[in-house]
Amino acid sequence: MSNTHPCKLVVIICESAIEASLSDDVMRLGAHGYTVADVRGQGSHGARSALWGADRSIRMEILCDETTSVAIVAHVEQAYFRNFAMVAYVTDVGVLRPDKFQHKS
Amino acid sequence: MLRSIAQERMDPIPLFFVLGFLARLTRSDLKIPAQLYEALSIYLLLAIGLKGGMELARQDALHILPQAVSVMGLGVLIPLIAFPVLRRLGRFDRFNAAAIAGHYGSVSVVTFAVAIDYLIARGSDFEAYMPLFLVLLEMPGIAIGILLARMGGELAKVRWGALGHEILFGKSMVLLGGGLVIGWVAGPEGLSPLEPFFFSLFKGVLCLFLLEMGLVAASQAAALRTSGSFLVAFAVAMPVVSAILGSIVGALIGLSAGGALLLATLAASASYIAAPAAMRIAIPEANPGLSITAALVITFPFNILIGIPLYDRIVGLVYGG
Repeated sequence: MSNTHPCKLVVIICESAIEASLSDDVMRLGAHGYTVADVRGQGSHGARSALWGADRSIRMEILCDETTSVAIVAHVEQAYFRNFAMVAYVTDVGVLRPDKFQHKS
Repeated sequence: MLRSIAQERMDPIPLFFVLGFLARLTRSDLKIPAQLYEALSIYLLLAIGLKGGMELARQDALHILPQAVSVMGLGVLIPLIAFPVLRRLGRFDRFNAAAIAGHYGSVSVVTFAVAIDYLIARGSDFEAYMPLFLVLLEMPGIAIGILLARMGGELAKVRWGALGHEILFGKSMVLLGGGLVIGWVAGPEGLSPLEPFFFSLFKGVLCLFLLEMGLVAASQAAALRTSGSFLVAFAVAMPVVSAILGSIVGALIGLSAGGALLLATLAASASYIAAPAAMRIAIPEANPGLSITAALVITFPFNILIGIPLYDRIVGLVYGG
């Protein structure tokens, strides 16, 4: 039997320009932490090849409970989707130590 | 024959930009790693700041203060001219017009460095404390651009704290301003041990940086197809108008002809490092592709290949007449 527990993984891929405000938002909405990586790719805003400052993208991953994941996704949809290159999705994953990812209260 | 023309007419430094541009267009696998790009830009900003600070140590503050105020006035004036042109003639919405105007009000450090190289190659004198003006011109354009975008009741929406932090403590301000202060405090004697690294190697680093800028500009060039012909015309005409203003201000505040050429070049240049970062946060409604295409794909190459020699003529007219 697996010893993992169900948890949500929120993944946000967006312009690195908003990394600072996005990480503030995520923590404020109840996440315990997040992981950011520099990435490159192409989408409806054209190729974002990470050649230089204005062209950089990040992928932020947040492990959290369902309540927090809903809050985060609702917030980014409202605050950023209109004006920024951004993709967000939520998947079900299994984690060890589930208490690490419960909503901060 | 060809070689002698090349030696007489062309500065080698802008050619590195052309090389990078062609490399990208021909789909070469040449790539400058992002970390190296970061390192090169840190080096250039610090070196320019140090050089200016070192010269500032020899100057009288009372002599420079009125000049500094006039230069900042120029930084306010340029976006105020650009904005109505973009709005009325270019038919851009308020956000895009303001963002583009802000980019043109701010400055390009590398264009400035190429102009210094142009003057040194010709043995012309200039006020060596000009990097101070580079620092002073970086901010007003961005601030005016944001104000123009938020006129009409939206000023309360601007997060001035976060924005002020971005402008004042952004990488380019910290390095340029910090370099100025260190250079000023240490003075020429104090900085002499740093000379081989920061000053002798400067041109070589500038060449590498321009190679990278060529690659980046070519990678963004596809956006020209969708940006419209007005933006292209603006990105060539606006620098010339700004350069004329810059030369006149240079003459009025008593700069040498070399100093006036640097001021004209600063006025003509458009920011593509500090301004895009600040504008993306402050005016998210604006399409960053428009300002970057104008500033980086058109104005930057125009300035380093054609603009600087042209502004030299303009300064000659202002000073000779």
